[in-house]
Amino acid sequence: MDERRLKSKIKNKMSLLKVKNLNISYPTRKETIVASKDVEFTLERGEILGIVGESGSGKSTIANAIINLIDPPGEITSGSIKIDNDELRDNEELIQEIRGKKIGFVFQDPQTSLNPLFKIKDQLIETIQTHLNLDYQDALKKSIQLLEEVGIDNAEKRIEDYPHQFSGGMRQRVVIALAISCEPDLIIADEPTTALDVSIQHQILELLKDLTKKRNLGVMIITHDMGVIAETTDKVIVMRHGLIVEQGDTKELLTNPKSNEARSLVISVPPTNKKIDRFKLISPDGKEITSDSKNLTKDIIKTWGARENTNQKLLELSGVTKIFDDKSLVSNFSFGSKNETAAKVVKAVDNVSFELFEGETLGLVGESGSGKSTIAKIITGLVRPTNGEIFYNNLSLYNSKRKYQIDKSRGQVQMIFQDPYSSLNPRFKVRDIISEPIRLFQKNISSSELTKNLYDLIDIVGMSRQSLDRYPHEFSGGQRQRISIARALATRPRLLICDEPTSALDVSIQAQVLNLLKDIQDELHLAMLFISHDLPVIRQMCNRIVVLKNGIVCETKESEELFNNPEHPYTQELIRLMPKIESII
Amino acid sequence: MLNKTFNKIYDTDIGYSFFNSKIAMISSAVLFIIFLCSIFAGVVSPYNPFDPASVSLMDAFTPPSWSEGGSPSFILGTDQQGRDMFSTIIYGSRISLIVGFASILFAMILGVFLGVTAGYIGGRYEIIVMRVTDVQLTIPSILMALLVNGIAKSVISQSMHSEMAIYVLIFAIGISEWPQFARVSRASTLVEKNKEYVSASRIIGLSNVLIMFKHILPNILRPLLVIATIGLALAIITESTLSFLGVGVPPTTPSLGTLIRFGNSFLFSGEWWITFFPAIFLIVLALSINLLGDWMRDALNPKLKIR
Repeated sequence: MDERRLKSKIKNKMSLLKVKNLNISYPTRKETIVASKDVEFTLERGEILGIVGESGSGKSTIANAIINLIDPPGEITSGSIKIDNDELRDNEELIQEIRGKKIGFVFQDPQTSLNPLFKIKDQLIETIQTHLNLDYQDALKKSIQLLEEVGIDNAEKRIEDYPHQFSGGMRQRVVIALAISCEPDLIIADEPTTALDVSIQHQILELLKDLTKKRNLGVMIITHDMGVIAETTDKVIVMRHGLIVEQGDTKELLTNPKSNEARSLVISVPPTNKKIDRFKLISPDGKEITSDSKNLTKDIIKTWGARENTNQKLLELSGVTKIFDDKSLVSNFSFGSKNETAAKVVKAVDNVSFELFEGETLGLVGESGSGKSTIAKIITGLVRPTNGEIFYNNLSLYNSKRKYQIDKSRGQVQMIFQDPYSSLNPRFKVRDIISEPIRLFQKNISSSELTKNLYDLIDIVGMSRQSLDRYPHEFSGGQRQRISIARALATRPRLLICDEPTSALDVSIQAQVLNLLKDIQDELHLAMLFISHDLPVIRQMCNRIVVLKNGIVCETKESEELFNNPEHPYTQELIRLMPKIESII
Repeated sequence: MLNKTFNKIYDTDIGYSFFNSKIAMISSAVLFIIFLCSIFAGVVSPYNPFDPASVSLMDAFTPPSWSEGGSPSFILGTDQQGRDMFSTIIYGSRISLIVGFASILFAMILGVFLGVTAGYIGGRYEIIVMRVTDVQLTIPSILMALLVNGIAKSVISQSMHSEMAIYVLIFAIGISEWPQFARVSRASTLVEKNKEYVSASRIIGLSNVLIMFKHILPNILRPLLVIATIGLALAIITESTLSFLGVGVPPTTPSLGTLIRFGNSFLFSGEWWITFFPAIFLIVLALSINLLGDWMRDALNPKLKIR
């Protein structure tokens, strides 16, 4: 007893979380992967600590190590993790007691972190009763209070709902309510806003900041998003390959990173305050990376023939509407009345018109469900529009029967996809992936000419010629995206549609790919339709921007004009809420 | 050189899993031996049981060589016509395997074609194909095979019966197995169809046939391989059942099921070996294929991958 009293006395004086010399490794059949090496940091109450790093840098591993949830065969090989001076390592009993009570956890995906079969009420009460000694009525009262605290309106009624009745942002609030339900001292949030839209991300981050102050919590946010770090955290740790490369005050580190690794990371973040021509790239060991695709394009221009930028109108959408309904399915089985089916109609794209000129980049920006991907699919013929006309070079892409006329564009409209892991056929060699479209459009091409074409394309995207004989799984995400670009260029397109081309990539790779896209556009005078939810990226890439909300165009403007004085209230809101990070160049 | 190839195979995940699974190694060794024996039946077996010259009625009902009255020249004894059991089993397994492989191949081609097209094209075509599949699944495969067999017998002229029997059997078993392939390949196609590489191919302007069979098909082969393996065991057993019921291959070219049927009538008069050895052989064959299929299902499932 005495010991415990003594502990609570000194509690306030020492660090909430103290990690020392932490080493974690994953032994596999071929090699042992070191996920964390000599990691050391402390976290105080009332403080938000950010851990940032690229994928595979070991940031999530540390979070999992604290609550002993490392997936086998991973193991902590040495070091200590102390919460209020209690050693957590190899102390399963203590961790069981602390997990959920003293440490709350917020996961990335609110869709899967709540059990869909239980009401919110049951999940909250179960957690509370497991850790706190409360009867059912008190637990229920507390649950309602918690929901109110995290900003859920009408909490008394909503608590009876199931998770699927909440939207993504609301669900993440419920997860946070769960995390704080047992009065924890520490909250670990692993990519808490990655699956959410900008406006909801802002609300969730504000909520976390608020709770930190009100409840004097220690919060650990793990993310790859520098904007989130800049907006919310007090201290930040930059990780790379399981090592802490730099840690310190957030503002200080983001404006003046000392280590090369941190600098290379910070410098490649798209700044929100101004437009830069190209991203300056520094490799983690401090060397400047210079891209010289300008020289490489010389060859391709020879084979393609020189292109001139005529600034002509290339693409025009007028009054394009797409309605998704379940009619086709329902009419086959005819369940329910007709009134019910009418209610299920969703207008994904609603009367959208815009023009795209040669040599320009037009940005399509909007939150999830704004119809931006559907527009891309309509232009490429993957989805039929319900209404409206699309002209490419003044030729209508859809005939009177609304059938896509691919010969009108002659393959000159190509697309780069979001997910580099599913956009390349895993059974094809890179050579076959790129040569397939060439063969399709130049039926009688000789094999030497084909090889020359392949070399041109693989050179321009900055990959080695040896990579032609490998399979996609041998490449990283960024390299795959380069292969994707090469494939898209194989048909000699004039219009390139990029659907979130860098959303799945790390920032430094994103910067490289964006630079590459800019280079290619400059040299080949391509028109680009750049689709993204990421405002800073859009600002860096686009000449003009179309803002979409629920399938409706809010405004279309020159990009700098849009960022400096947005007119539409929705645009203003988006720009106000986006996490800001300033250029350090 | 051999060492190098071995190391290369061992280095892959599947190779590693194979060489660390005793069940997979033993069952594939057993299968390898059985396949070799049935391919080179003429060399391996001491007699040709279908050659009347080599069969003597004097040798009928000789028990296995180790039991009383056995003869060292007939290891597993002889049947009622004096045919060497060991030789008949090897020749019989050859027919069982041919029927099994051919019918699974037939079922696979039919099922995969319908499944991939149904999954990719969708709409009314898909609904029709999948409902036919559902209906077919409600009919037990033995019953289906019996039905097809019965119809074929009445359609084909008497003199052609024994000649056509094996083809009818292949068709009958194949037609009762295809729904499995159709279902699995449709489900996998639905997954692959929504991947971005398929969208990319469509944007390039590739024809639907090429997308289906050049792009999607190679990506759904893994689950198909697993059900084909397990289906092979099922097909061999179905063939044996049909032959046991007397509607399979003609008695002049007996398969394992026919051999079991022959022996069945002598089971209670003490000549147990005539039915026992073909039955054991059939069990070992089907079990090995099933165990190999089980291993393959685990090894090819990325979620169950153990490093």
